[in-house]
This record gives sequence, C-alpha cells and structure tokens, in this order.
Amino acid sequence: MPSTSSTVLSARAFERTVLRIADEVIERNDGTDDLVLVGIQRRGVQIAERICAVIKAREGVAIPRGALDITLYRDDLQTIGPRPVVGKTDLPIALDGRRVVIVDDVLFTGRTIRAALNELADFGRPARVALAVLIDRGGRELPIQPDIVGKHVEVPEGFRVDVLVSELDGRDEVVLAPAGAR
Amino acid sequence: MSSPLGKDLLGLEHLSAAQIAVVLDTAEPLKEVSERAIKKVPTLRGATVVNLFFEASTRTRISFEFAEKRMSADTVNVAASGSSVSKGETLVDTARNLEAMRIDMVVIRHPASGAAQFLAQRIESNVINAGDGMHEHPTQALLDLLTLRDHFGKIEGLKVCICGDVLHSRVARSNIWGLTKLGAQVAVCGPRSLLPNAIGEMGVTVFDRIEPAIEWADALYVLRLQFERMQAGYIPSAREYNRVFGVTRERLARAPRDVLILHPGPINRGVEIDSDVADGPHSVILDQVTNGIAIRMAVLYLLAGHAPELAGAAKGAA
Repeated sequence: MPSTSSTVLSARAFERTVLRIADEVIERNDGTDDLVLVGIQRRGVQIAERICAVIKAREGVAIPRGALDITLYRDDLQTIGPRPVVGKTDLPIALDGRRVVIVDDVLFTGRTIRAALNELADFGRPARVALAVLIDRGGRELPIQPDIVGKHVEVPEGFRVDVLVSELDGRDEVVLAPAGAR
Repeated sequence: MSSPLGKDLLGLEHLSAAQIAVVLDTAEPLKEVSERAIKKVPTLRGATVVNLFFEASTRTRISFEFAEKRMSADTVNVAASGSSVSKGETLVDTARNLEAMRIDMVVIRHPASGAAQFLAQRIESNVINAGDGMHEHPTQALLDLLTLRDHFGKIEGLKVCICGDVLHSRVARSNIWGLTKLGAQVAVCGPRSLLPNAIGEMGVTVFDRIEPAIEWADALYVLRLQFERMQAGYIPSAREYNRVFGVTRERLARAPRDVLILHPGPINRGVEIDSDVADGPHSVILDQVTNGIAIRMAVLYLLAGHAPELAGAAKGAA
C-alpha cells in the first residue's frame, strides 16, 4: 500500500471528465429544457460552473445554476458540534417543475446528498432530481446512488480523496492522500 | 469541535476579536434563510429553548423567537408577570425547574446586572444574555457590528460615536467592547450626567457637544433616553435635551460626509433623534432589526450541540 499521495486525475484528465459529465447531463435530459444545475458547497459549486460553461459552448444555452450549502441540514450537529463556517446558499430561480442536477465533488457516505435533498425540498418541487459527481469513492451509509459519475475510485484504508479546483486551490487535480496529511 | 463561543454568550467583554468575527461570518449566510418562501432550516430540531424575560421587550424577544423558530427549535416564553416569579420564586429556582423539564438553552433578560452570568454558573443549559440591567446586551451589539460591516465593508478604522444616555445603556457597553476589539475608534457624546464617571477607562473619546461629534463620526449610534431608569434630575427636560443633543437633519447637513445613523429602538421621536433622520436615507435602523434575526440564529447555532468528547471520533465524517 502506498503511503504517499498519488494523482487520480491530472488537470487534463479532470477536464476530459468534466466534458463527459456535461455530455451525459444533456443526454439524460434530452437537451437543456428546464434544466438547473445545483452545486454543493464548496467544490461542487465550481464543478457545476465548469459543466455549465461546457454546455454553453456546445449547445449555446446558459443553464441556470445555483449553490447549496448543506451545513444547516447536517445530521451530526449534536455529535460533532457546529461548523463555524456556513457557506452561502443561492438558488436564483424557483425549482418547481424543473429538472435539477445536483453536482458534488466526492460521493462517499451519501449523508451530504441526503441533506441536500432535504434542503432542495424547502425550495420547491422539482420534476426530477439527478446526481452527478466527479468522484464516487464508495462507502455509502444511505441508499443513495449517483446518476452520473466522473470516476470510481477505490480508497485504501487510511486514505482520502482530495478534489482540487483552480478557483480555490490553484490547480485542477484529484489526489489520493494519506488521511491526516494536508 | 466544541462551541467556538463556549457554553454561554454573556457579553462581549470576554470574547476575542476572532470569536466576534466568527459570529458575524456565521450570521452572514444565515440572512438568506429569512428570504426563503419556507423560512426554516432543521438545524436545531429537537432542541428546546426557554425565553425567560423579566423585563419588557418587544424587538429582542420577538427576534429571538423568530431566530429559534427559523432554526426549528421548540420555544417556550416565560414572562415575569403571570409566572411563579410573581409569587416570589428565585431566579435559580425558576431555572432549575425549567431544567428539570429537559431544556437545552435559556435566553434571559433581567433588570439586574450580572443575572445572566449568575444563572450560567448554576445550570447546565446554554445561557444567552438578552440584556442584564446596565451591564451588557451582546446580541444587540453583534447585530450592530454586522450592520456596520455590511455598510462599510469593515469595522477597523471606523469612527463611531455613541450618543445620549450611555450611563444606563447596556447596549453602549457591549458596543464599546465590540467596536474597540474590532479596531474601530469609539467616542461618546452626551450630557455629563448621562455618561459614566470612568468612561475614559474604556478607551473612548468624549464629546460634550453633538456638533463636533457629528463632524468627527462615520456613524452615529443614537441611544434611547431611558426615562424608566431615571428617577429624576439627569436632564432638565426632553425638549431641552433635544435642543442641545438631538440628532437633527440641520445638524447632519453640516457634516463633511454622510453619517450613518443607528439606533437600537424603541425610538423617542423628537427627543434623541428627529423623525426625518430616523426615517432618512442614511438610517439603517430597520436593517439592524433584520440583521438581529441572523445574528441570533448564528449565536444559537454556535452554542448548540457542543459535545467536546465526541469531537475527535466524528472528524471527517460525511
């Protein structure tokens, strides 16, 4: 087992993966009608932005996009205490009757998505909600599965997956790193 | 992770600048919840909060109650009149009985300075001071700081003059602590009879007249004249006070810059401030009220669910 970090997706591979996710989003929805992309804070927001940019370039359509911070919907406030940093939730349009695609960086236990679904329900009743993730690392604790996956990653014991995006981290990369290192 | 604020919020005197900033930063995104069609998040589901008000309050009590409800906490309001307090029950007995009913937090307003701290030392529940005598009113100062930061972008370097009845004002005390910790320059202005003797020790400038204060300040924090706490003799009359210290449009018109106007409410119109100033373009008095809910939601959130012994185990979950 390696004890050092290794690259799962390089910047080039990252870009190709986003292109494919964007294609799948259009394909699964038969186009862009009523589509809304909702990125989960933090890095899901940037990935959703990238997907929107690709769709804009290919289809000439600007898809509405929003950001969701699920901190207030977590199920572990009583056990781990409050996270001091609550991110911004910003859904610019009504979701009723829309086809929503939730975008997140890493799918792991599924608890974040559970929280996101509850939060979305407070903003309206979408016609359909789908889930697109850059990385699926397994380890689900809830019956939640993604509709679109960039890459499946096996994560050895004692490791974790870090998604880096240039907007926040200076570069695009997905890294398998020993847990505890940063 | 234990609460960034500890168990209780009793005042700003003992908070660090970093802790104050955490509250403001947490409140900022919470504003959005009150703009939703469904103004509610499930964060404090199952938590029980008692609002224990031994003194009259409209704004603060309602603001706390909205904040609690928008965070999904269950709330009970206890007022001194109509409760066993009027039969002579002591503060601690009242609180211990409430605790025996398995509550999680107490929001207390009390006419005695130090009441919140007294209670916090004797019960397990989180205690939030909603105003104790002439001591502190931390959530008011926090919402004022948020309003100033919204408007100016930062607190550091701002010149804020607190005007009027500083002597009886817990709002002034909390604001002086908060503003100075965040790097603002603070002044007070009012008749000497309404300024504490040792006000200089709090690191503030003193203006004896309102005109130079207006000329100096970026923001005026106009306090309410607290007639209910004045026996007699502090000021000749409300009219006389307005003539000498009232914040009027004419006086503001002579200022070198637009001066932001804050007031904690309720307003004595035509006494400490004129109506056309309170309702004017540079007044943020109603923004203060709106921000109050977000600040109180932030405080409830930051005090809730602290169980330090479990912090390590759940790290990195979800």
